[in-house]
Amino acid sequence: MDDSARLAEIIAAHAGEEGALLPILHDVRAAFGCIARAAQADIAQALNLSRAEVHGVIGFYHDFTETPDPRPLVELCRAEACQARGVEALVAAAERAAGARVRIGKVWCLGLCSVGPNARIGDDVHARLDEARLVALVAGA
Amino acid sequence: MTTVRISDDALARACGADALAQAFAVAGCTVERVSSWGMHWLEPLVEVDGLGFGPATAADVPGILAGLSDKAIGRIGEHRFLARQQRLTFARAGRTRPLSLGDYAATHGWEGLARARAIGPQAIIAEVIASGLRGRGGAGFPAGIKLRTVAEAQAPRKFVVCNADEGDSGTFADRMLMEGDPFALIEGMAIAAHAVGAEAGYVYVRSEYPHAVAKMRAACTLAAPRIAPLHIEVRVGAGAYVCGEETSLLNSLEGKRGEVRAKPPLPALAGLFGCPTVVNNVLTLAALPHILSEGGAAHYAGLGHGRSRGTMPIQLAGNIRHGGLFEVPFGITLDELVNTIGGGTASGRAVKAVQVGGPLGAYIPPSRFDLPFDYEAYAAADALIGHGGVVVFDERVDMARMARFAMEFCAAESCGKCTPCRIGSTRGVELLDRIATGAAPDALAALPQMRNAPRGLRGRADDIALLEELCETMQYGSLCALGGFTPFPVLSALRHWPQDFG
Ligand SMILES: Cc1cc2nc3c(=O)[nH]c(=O)nc-3n(C[C@H](O)[C@H](O)[C@H](O)COP(=O)(O)O)c2cc1C
Ligand code: SF4
Ligand code: FES
Repeated sequence: MDDSARLAEIIAAHAGEEGALLPILHDVRAAFGCIARAAQADIAQALNLSRAEVHGVIGFYHDFTETPDPRPLVELCRAEACQARGVEALVAAAERAAGARVRIGKVWCLGLCSVGPNARIGDDVHARLDEARLVALVAGA
Repeated sequence: MTTVRISDDALARACGADALAQAFAVAGCTVERVSSWGMHWLEPLVEVDGLGFGPATAADVPGILAGLSDKAIGRIGEHRFLARQQRLTFARAGRTRPLSLGDYAATHGWEGLARARAIGPQAIIAEVIASGLRGRGGAGFPAGIKLRTVAEAQAPRKFVVCNADEGDSGTFADRMLMEGDPFALIEGMAIAAHAVGAEAGYVYVRSEYPHAVAKMRAACTLAAPRIAPLHIEVRVGAGAYVCGEETSLLNSLEGKRGEVRAKPPLPALAGLFGCPTVVNNVLTLAALPHILSEGGAAHYAGLGHGRSRGTMPIQLAGNIRHGGLFEVPFGITLDELVNTIGGGTASGRAVKAVQVGGPLGAYIPPSRFDLPFDYEAYAAADALIGHGGVVVFDERVDMARMARFAMEFCAAESCGKCTPCRIGSTRGVELLDRIATGAAPDALAALPQMRNAPRGLRGRADDIALLEELCETMQYGSLCALGGFTPFPVLSALRHWPQDFG
């Protein structure tokens, strides 16, 4: 199936849903890694919104982007409870291990605040990270 | 064949529960995946015939099966950490399989809903008011009054919305409940919907909680016949902290930017799609089945401290030895929570500060650890209990850095609607940087258009006075608590640890 057919299918799956924009954007992101300008126009048309409205929503939320980043993503929790457990001391090593191949993202809390430092790769979560474990995670990402 | 029980909660899995379960399966055991007891330093925790072993790894499997592992903690149900608690909302934690309708029904599941349907909307609301239940999302608004407002509103459509955005660092009770006892939340929503006459419900879960989303979706499908005609849909956030604010959340559900709405109108009168809407936190709604059980409201009202009735699922997090979920009646002190129950810091160093109530909560020094856990007592001490997160820091923490982080967080997460929050937070970061590095000539203040800026060099005292003034502007000039409460962590850090600032 080509991209535009896939997009049409995603939009159709949410037809008739109230407030369908965020669910559609999540599905598009999952399928394509981002929400490109062309897709925004189709989504706007289908939901009877202006392209500016769709663009504004994408710009508001941290999860949505307009351009893809093919690198694997390791999201490291940098919120207070993980800071209290020493995450900041691990950041430099994680970035060194990541180099240009892996992206080290930042999240604020994964809800595992008693066992930090914590990281997320896709839907997998990892706790009790020290430098060696984090570097190994990044290397395997 | 031996049956072992291991949690499938995200935290247990992040600590290696899946590999452990696999190792037990390979050793020929039947593995039951249950909810977590909330003793996080022991995860993954293995239960064999009521006896606990943790934190366990695959290497411990033979020892555990032989009954002579050094990871043994004795009878789980009698563990000190649990013995001191009074679990009502988390009564099933560790005891049931999250998606088992059979386990749920066998542990008083659906009894609150059945009784609610029998007594009818007016009596439900009277019981919730009598229980003294207040919103667990942070603001502490009486839950029964909100239900009554929505029930009395005249409209063709009404909604029940569960706020499961749980963005506060140091909190995980919503996540544990959704992953461990999802039917309890569904039952609570069904009771609220019955009380106000709503036919549709939404659970808005943050995108950082993929496991909770999956569990809630599966549970909604399984429970659909039980709660009909109510239909519940799970919606996923998109990484914006401010979407935990109820009006921002409603905008997000409607497919808009998550900007905060001015109140009035109250969401109870004009909420989702302009219809009367109950918006409550996960823990508020999940407390309803117990309150609606026979005698539940009076029992709930009989627990607690001052005007804070019932129990609070407190979350012990950060640099603490025994972190986890601790549900007790209101009134417990920080000293008991942090030093006695929590066992002090995980690092073994002295406690320097505790932040209660998430990123907008005040930092509290050990000299104030006598403070009872109670909405009013905290407010009187310029602090808040928020969603009940307690984050412990040891002596190595630099409080000026934490103050800067509070401003940085506000700047990153501001919805942008009002100036004190959107711009003030960035000015706050700059000011705290100046305070940390010492006075250098301020390039911005020297610009010709900055006519009101004082000319000469600004000293530390001037910068601190400016910071205090900025905090006052944010506190009184912001539309919601993101801008309005960010001064709490900043000013409490400054007040109690002035030596850390420059
Ligand atoms: C910036 C901000 C973030 C909030 N985040 C949450 C949240 O994650 N979960 C929550 O239940 N309430 C949150 N609230 C509080 C909600 O606005 C609202 O008071 C609550 O959902 C009402 O439910 P309750 O009465 O059951 O507490 C937040 C408020 C603000 C200002
Ligand atoms: S205080 Fe901040 S988050 Fe709240 S409405 Fe104003 S700009 Fe938005
Ligand atoms: S602060 Fe890192 S998981 Fe909550």
